[in-house]
Amino acid sequence: MQSQDRLTALPPLVAPSPELAARLQALWETAPGLRGFFMSVDHKEIGIRYIVTAFAFLILGGCEALLMRLQLAGPNMRLLTPEQYDELFTMHGISMIFLYAMPVLSGFSNYLWPLLFGARDMAFPRVNALSYWTFLFAGLFIYAAFIMGVAPNAGWFNYVPYTGKAANPGINIDFYALGMIFLGISTTVGSINFVVTLMRTRAPGMSINRMPVMVWGTLTASLANILVVPSVSLAFLMLWLDRNFGTHFFTVGDGGQPVLWQHLFWMFGHPWVYAIVLPAMGFVSDGLPIFCRRPLVGYTLVALSTVATMALGFGVWVHHMFATGISDVALSFFSGASLVITVPSAIAVFCWIATIWAGRPIATAAFHFYAGMIALFVIGGVSGFMTASVPVDWQLTDTYFVVAHIHYVLIGINVFPVIGAFYTWFPKMSGRMLDERLGKWNFWLMFIGFNLGFFPMHISGLLGMPRRIYTYSPDMGWSTLNLITTLGSFLFAIGVLLFIVNVVVSLRRGAVAGPNPWDAGTLEWATSSPPPPYNFTVIPEVGSRHPLWEDRLGDAGASSVARGFAFDEGRETLGTSMLDSEPDSVLRMPGDSWLPFLLGLATTFVFIGMLIHVWWLAGMALIACAVVLIFWLQPDSLPPLIPIEEASHV
Amino acid sequence: MNGFPLNYVTSEGTKAAAILPLTKGVTAISLAVILIVAALILAAIFRRRAVGGPHDLVQGTTPLHWIYIGTGVTVAILLGVLVWTMATVAAVVQPKDEPALSLDITGHQWWWEVRYLDQDHPSNIFNTANEIHIPVGKPIRINLHAADVIHSFWVPALSGKTDMIPGQVNTIWLQADRPGAYRGQCTEYCGKQHAHMGFTVIADEDQKFEAWRVAQVQGKTPQEDDPSAIADGRQAFKTHCGACHTVRGTAAGGIVGPDLTHVMSRSTIAAGTLPNAPGWFAGWIADPQHIKPGAKMPVLDISGPELHAVTTYLATLN
Repeated sequence: MQSQDRLTALPPLVAPSPELAARLQALWETAPGLRGFFMSVDHKEIGIRYIVTAFAFLILGGCEALLMRLQLAGPNMRLLTPEQYDELFTMHGISMIFLYAMPVLSGFSNYLWPLLFGARDMAFPRVNALSYWTFLFAGLFIYAAFIMGVAPNAGWFNYVPYTGKAANPGINIDFYALGMIFLGISTTVGSINFVVTLMRTRAPGMSINRMPVMVWGTLTASLANILVVPSVSLAFLMLWLDRNFGTHFFTVGDGGQPVLWQHLFWMFGHPWVYAIVLPAMGFVSDGLPIFCRRPLVGYTLVALSTVATMALGFGVWVHHMFATGISDVALSFFSGASLVITVPSAIAVFCWIATIWAGRPIATAAFHFYAGMIALFVIGGVSGFMTASVPVDWQLTDTYFVVAHIHYVLIGINVFPVIGAFYTWFPKMSGRMLDERLGKWNFWLMFIGFNLGFFPMHISGLLGMPRRIYTYSPDMGWSTLNLITTLGSFLFAIGVLLFIVNVVVSLRRGAVAGPNPWDAGTLEWATSSPPPPYNFTVIPEVGSRHPLWEDRLGDAGASSVARGFAFDEGRETLGTSMLDSEPDSVLRMPGDSWLPFLLGLATTFVFIGMLIHVWWLAGMALIACAVVLIFWLQPDSLPPLIPIEEASHV
Repeated sequence: MNGFPLNYVTSEGTKAAAILPLTKGVTAISLAVILIVAALILAAIFRRRAVGGPHDLVQGTTPLHWIYIGTGVTVAILLGVLVWTMATVAAVVQPKDEPALSLDITGHQWWWEVRYLDQDHPSNIFNTANEIHIPVGKPIRINLHAADVIHSFWVPALSGKTDMIPGQVNTIWLQADRPGAYRGQCTEYCGKQHAHMGFTVIADEDQKFEAWRVAQVQGKTPQEDDPSAIADGRQAFKTHCGACHTVRGTAAGGIVGPDLTHVMSRSTIAAGTLPNAPGWFAGWIADPQHIKPGAKMPVLDISGPELHAVTTYLATLN
């Protein structure tokens, strides 16, 4: 938003009309062509770009994984050199955890939030575009290292001293360190945007107990990111200073402390894991009711357990460090916290099962993915519970058991719900349905391939196979299990390929969806598919969690979707209060702008200058950033409304 | 489980044995939870229910009491596991008896330096590498060091992992309950040859261990009556290998690589990578970078006859 003005009085509720739609179209439409591509601030456009870019990184990371699986298919293979293997597993981790898992959720949230809220855009549309461009450029920055043959090679966790200048003299780690600080900018501004959007732009009447669960998920993830990203950005900055300027934050013998890195990294890293699953759990919580034909069982419990998971998630990072020689008292505390964090997850699982039980499930492809996710979530959850027990972890940690665990968590609780979300919301985004028959093939290939590939990793782990080894001896007894894992992972990859085929085919030939193909209950289904640039011709008023189901849930008339506020005097949306969502202001929104792209581009050159020590380049780029920001922060030229002290309420 | 030298579902040592019931217990709970939830999901999907039209919604009260019951059971199980966990930690933190022997073990990229300590008899202190001999039935104290980057010390049959972190010493103990050879492995990613950083713990009865220890203390002083082939080999070893490797009692005194004074007493070479047999050994010296690409041992500029002399000499280091 560029500015906000107090509402003098609520405008009248009006019915949508073609004239109103035409006026809004003229106000909100993005410029056509390439210019519009660079200037767009439309949350739907940005959301889809986020999703497509994140998926591209998923495919890259997946190909890296398949190469590793070929190398590990048999003992003593020489397909990859140790250096190649190390760079592949590092890039695989970075791609999946940083460049796919969070951005794909940001993409869905970006696309869906204003539609769920009955708003016309996110609170800060230009910041939204900036967060996308910085994500894209940071991802390309890190992948530039890969293309130049100097990819990061020390794992995504990047432990010192192996990443210090002495043990790792190349430019590889500098790419990663600066790339992560760069990516941190994107995550931070994106998270702030989500939090403010939630606080200010929900439809009148959408009090916090009426928000969809995925909103709770993204809210808690965003708050966590704002708190923990500074920790990892600082750690990477300190490492970069150690490597390039001879500081001694982590260097042994000069007063530095390697374990400090692990604390700073995991203080960020563990909450991050919850941040990349909680919004996806929200997809399940919001998706299951659509296909079980009833509201979610235990909405309040699920919402609270989302928040509780995140709160507890700040206090469990040391369970990544049980073997570092930490005192027994600290071990006990973190072991206890890591066990307790199971409880909110268990509550969510019970509520999902109860929703299916008490509902009337329709076996769509999306439902398959959501139900499959519950099973995978439980397997990933109990293996996490096992590692929370300190003495057991001393045996399990850094073996393939943990590789199995992390993949059940990230694929089970992120990829499966995300594909489910595609089947659910693709019709909204594209106006066309994904093919259901292909969708079920897609599910079963992924589900069987995944379990065939990744369940045996638990057993490889129990049989002692360590993580991050580029080969193994036939004497260790892991050969058969690894061959099965490789076969399963290729089957899984074929499943993902089938999904991509489905998307490509359905974009052209899919059945036309209409506004509400699933007969779902929330606001995004009240507008056309795909929605117009202004989302809703009139901004609805909300009186329940399922405005479109009210007539059938004995709540008829609580919401007003057919009539609402017009706000057609400029790019405007309604500002509402934080808890109860009472209208209190008109938010003026900016139009198309070059500024986000230019700021992202200038920032990229700051980091390139820092990477190659060309300080004049970094300095000039920094000045360019300042110039863009001066234009960005220029007060808008709209005539201010006359402020009135008292807001009128619904 | 002989075919799986690094498995931790069996145990041969006091500490591993104390942990194993907990590992099995939480595994059993986990499997039970998976089966119960899978059954619930299937039952929830396939249970008989009244049919309804596509636009009908299910109404009625929500069955929350089952969720409260499920949560209560979960909390009770978790509390039980927490208590069991704490009791197990307390049981394995310290050995019951004072350790019989103290070792310093240092992780290097990519091998293990083992130093036998003796506070009362400094002349009994000696270095070896990649193979750790211990007396059976007695707790052993081990101080873990790292020379370059973080490594992790793990002998699954005897004990869980503890990291070796530069600038800090982590002290652990372990005890073998039966004689045998137990495989160990580095489990913290430490660079290109992390995969080939193994070692063996050999637990022997007291007498056998003591004989081994006494033999290890001895150096290898050159003898007047050494045949010329061995004398030539010693000379070639000094020239090509002595900057990095030590053979106590000779001019070879390098400390970069493993101490080779009694290398023939070990069952493997290159940190558990190859069997210690003449052909393998010659192949390793001739081209270590083929076997362990990236290893710190360079490809030596060594002639065929010199290589033969060196291996002949090494064969005497038992």
